[in-house]
Amino acid sequence: MSSTIEQIASQEYKYGFVTDIEADQAPPGLNEDIIRLISAKKNEPEWMLEFRLKALRHWFTMKEPTWANVTYGPIDYQAIVYYSAPKQKKKLNSLDEVDPEMRATFAKLGISLDEQKRLSGVAVDAVFDSVSVATTFRAELAKVGIIFCSFSDAVQKHPDLVRKYLGSVVPYTDNFFATLNAAVFTDGSFCYIPKGVRCPMELSTYFRINSAGTGQFERTLIVADEGATVSYLEGCTAPMRDENQLHAAVVELVALDNASIKYSTVQNWYPGDKEGKGGIYNFVTKRGKAFKNAKLSWTQVETGSAITWKYPSCILQGDNSVGEFYSVALTNHRQQADTGTKMIHLGKNTRSTIVSKGISAGHGQQTYRGEVKIMKSAEGARNYSQCDSLLLGDKCGAHTFPYIEVRNSTAKMEHEASTSKIGEDQLFYCQQRGISAEDAVSMIVNGFCREVFKELPMEFAVEAQKLLGVSLEGSVG
Amino acid sequence: MLDIKDLYAGIDGKEILKGLTLHVGVGEVHAIMGPNGSGKSTLANVLAGRPKYEVRSGSVLFQGKDLLTLPTEERSREGVFLAMQYPVEIPGVNNIYFLKAALNAVRKHRGEEELDAMEFLQLAREKMKLVELDEAFMSRGVNEGFSGGEKKRNEIFQMAVLDPKLAILDETDSGLDIDALRIVAQGVNALRSERHSVLVITHYQRLLRYLVPDFVHVLADGRIVKSGGKELAEELEQKGYEWVEREVASSNAEEVAAAK
Repeated sequence: MSSTIEQIASQEYKYGFVTDIEADQAPPGLNEDIIRLISAKKNEPEWMLEFRLKALRHWFTMKEPTWANVTYGPIDYQAIVYYSAPKQKKKLNSLDEVDPEMRATFAKLGISLDEQKRLSGVAVDAVFDSVSVATTFRAELAKVGIIFCSFSDAVQKHPDLVRKYLGSVVPYTDNFFATLNAAVFTDGSFCYIPKGVRCPMELSTYFRINSAGTGQFERTLIVADEGATVSYLEGCTAPMRDENQLHAAVVELVALDNASIKYSTVQNWYPGDKEGKGGIYNFVTKRGKAFKNAKLSWTQVETGSAITWKYPSCILQGDNSVGEFYSVALTNHRQQADTGTKMIHLGKNTRSTIVSKGISAGHGQQTYRGEVKIMKSAEGARNYSQCDSLLLGDKCGAHTFPYIEVRNSTAKMEHEASTSKIGEDQLFYCQQRGISAEDAVSMIVNGFCREVFKELPMEFAVEAQKLLGVSLEGSVG
Repeated sequence: MLDIKDLYAGIDGKEILKGLTLHVGVGEVHAIMGPNGSGKSTLANVLAGRPKYEVRSGSVLFQGKDLLTLPTEERSREGVFLAMQYPVEIPGVNNIYFLKAALNAVRKHRGEEELDAMEFLQLAREKMKLVELDEAFMSRGVNEGFSGGEKKRNEIFQMAVLDPKLAILDETDSGLDIDALRIVAQGVNALRSERHSVLVITHYQRLLRYLVPDFVHVLADGRIVKSGGKELAEELEQKGYEWVEREVASSNAEEVAAAK
């Protein structure tokens, strides 16, 4: 049976094509001149440039962290191109003017930049290499006062909002990769939901790395004003390349009093080949701050990347605020993932839920790393954590590192963990009922992930199930 | 229906079936009885194609097809059903979703149209009555948190839905109380017809009171050592397996003596 699990886990990555598009690139390397160049290209105000330079200067004093349970060769930060933008002939006045090549690329990825396709009901910001190329449904959203645009646009058009919240959740000094991002980030999405507004559609950003030798450093900032509600989706793919490419993103969420933000990710960066050659290094900092009665919910399905280093976190600052983290992470072949969450309870009666499902196949290595911190001020705080690992075959690994720190004796904590294997017995049971081994594995894995999938928006849940099936190809063993 | 000839098979290099021969005709119910370790479960698992069991020699024809060369799922689709001794749990996978996938795999193989959700539900409801299972059961995970009796009833329910040509019951009666036993027998009796054959593997005679077999075979040390009608089961119950073993030992001794 090992051959069957392995066969199922080794289907080819189908988003690995390259789009032939002219790019406007900065020379490789990192120094103040590059930062000034990026800032000038984007016609940024002085304060933005200052933010970048401060970050860069700080970054030069920092060391790359080594505590994560992943191994990779040294990254030459001076060899990376920090700015690459698809060359557009002129400024776009409407979506129709998007380069047909690029439009075709997104179409191939199943992303519609066509506003006529109302059925999907999702507004999309498409980011190609480092630049946002199109944002759909902007006018419609503007009617209810929602700002949804590229980060660059936001800096130009809504500087006060950006200035107020940028770095308020993830400061530029936060960590090695977040600081790097603060210095060099080139674009990303910005979203502001005004007071009391419930966003009428799903908002989504689709990231695509295309050029070789570049890094992708995008920054997303979502602000839900008092009583506002929004659900946000993020997807990503990259071409198949032999070298490793660095992706160091930052996402900041701000949920003001009584606001609610749901952030869902389906991460499918190129994972490298079967031998572990190539693939994206995905070093991402995601964090949200919840004020009074606010709710933050992270749901992630992580199937791509050679290395994933990512801990979407919640700072539960306001009383009665709620933080949730639902995660499915899959590592196959030589993929490595060190992922989890941090829940920092500051406010009274704050609650957090963590449900983490890790699946390892092939030689995949998977680590759950979670931190739950109940501070002195967090009277009556509660946390429930559940970490389950599923192993396919006998060459993969699952590791769990839960950190718990409680400084208030009224806190209630629960932690459950399990590790299981897709057994020969389960497979045989399914096959004896006429179900093929491939379908059986996919069924068993989907069953294992059910608690997380049900948190995803409908269309994403279907996509996630399919993705899991594809990522598992050849893993029956 | 099923023709087993001189079958040698085992597990982990250990030979358990040693020249087993058995013929099961269409519409017949056969009971295989025998002491622990005689090879009853090995026979069931070899027929169903469980991967860790190895067949050394012999042949098994199922409706004229060489069963041993078919992959596990093909055997199922051809109509071989094994009600397992220890049904496994598949957490998070809906019972009804699971069974629908199974039935449609079988139907597709037979060249029949796949059932949609509504048609399937109708069929499932009908068959559930047979094994007295509650509807709430359908939305639970496959065998997840089921009691021993519920698991066995679920096996019979699945069998009823899949409508196999040959049903093999591997100690389905073990660990069942008298009510569950009656329900299981009821499910199997409903399947009994001119088209279906059943192989009941059991250690005890008690299931056979509700599920009366046409033939009873005694398995000892990997071979069928005695065959008879339903009265053989009763005799075994009274005299115990030692009786057969003694008989076999003496006949073996005679054979050995005759050979000399």
